[in-house]
Amino acid sequence: MKSFQGKTLSWRVEGGAIELSLDRAPCNEIGSATLAELEQFISALASLEGSAHALIISSAREEGFCAGADLRELYRAGQSLAPAKRLAGVRDFLERIHRVMNALDEAPLVTIAAVQGVTFGGGFELALACDLIVADKMARFCFPELRLGLIPGFGGIPRLKRDLGNALVRDLLLTGRSINADKALSAGLVSQVTAEGGALRAARATAAQVGKFDHETTIAAKRFIKPIPLEELRREIEIFCELFMRPAVEAGLRKFVESADVLPYLP
Amino acid sequence: MNTIETTTEEILQLAATHFKITRDKLHPDDDFFKTLGINSLQALGLLTRIEQHFHIELPDYELQGVSDFRTLAERIQSRL
Repeated sequence: MKSFQGKTLSWRVEGGAIELSLDRAPCNEIGSATLAELEQFISALASLEGSAHALIISSAREEGFCAGADLRELYRAGQSLAPAKRLAGVRDFLERIHRVMNALDEAPLVTIAAVQGVTFGGGFELALACDLIVADKMARFCFPELRLGLIPGFGGIPRLKRDLGNALVRDLLLTGRSINADKALSAGLVSQVTAEGGALRAARATAAQVGKFDHETTIAAKRFIKPIPLEELRREIEIFCELFMRPAVEAGLRKFVESADVLPYLP
Repeated sequence: MNTIETTTEEILQLAATHFKITRDKLHPDDDFFKTLGINSLQALGLLTRIEQHFHIELPDYELQGVSDFRTLAERIQSRL
């Protein structure tokens, strides 16, 4: 399927690049609907790969790239379930999202996340699954999960450790603070910072550039320099599930869901 | 180095420009969430502008409990 318009995202092939655009109000929170459409995308990827050398993931939402997991859905879905079923549901979701992230991580294409605004939690993890991150100057990156008594569960810690020095990984994870695009650039997390609104244009230019090289060689180079930390990714799921049933998590989720702030992103 | 008054004024100007309102609608002791009608996600946009303008990093947890421009200026001043 060369193009697709879903409820939470769309994709099309344009100029040798697959463009996957997230578009779910308020800020592309990843819940069951987005996960299902991401899985659909991954299934379609094999047939799309032949017509493209790059994949660009971007957001059509002004608010940001992606604010992370849909915590409201997570909280409400769990309320009516017995603890064992709630945990089984979470594990199933994690295993499915990990399959999506792993497929993106190892895709035989150069993958570029074009981000603006809020790139938090699962959204940050989605960007980290890509080979390159191009950010506009208003982008902010954050792992807020400790605020909820959790760790990032979509593969963020192993991927961040793969890319950055440990000091910044510890800072981001243990303080839950957000950093701006300039800081992300100087840390080596982001490869380019653009003017506001300029990330997608820059990502397209980058995709055009990588398209000049022999595709097989490009993918061989990518596989050589970008190992997938499969063991750590599996361990992350286990730790997340161990933490999930603790009362602190229920309290953190309830606080988020019951906040009067529509988008309660300050710590 | 900026005085606290200069810093406060610069923040008010940044907020007015960022949220596209006239400067005279904002005052140092205003609750910026209420006056500007913004949520915390929109506040992060202002934080980014502030960091760029003052060339500082201001961890967002330092904004815990800060809701007026004058107190925000004090936090920024401590980073200059």
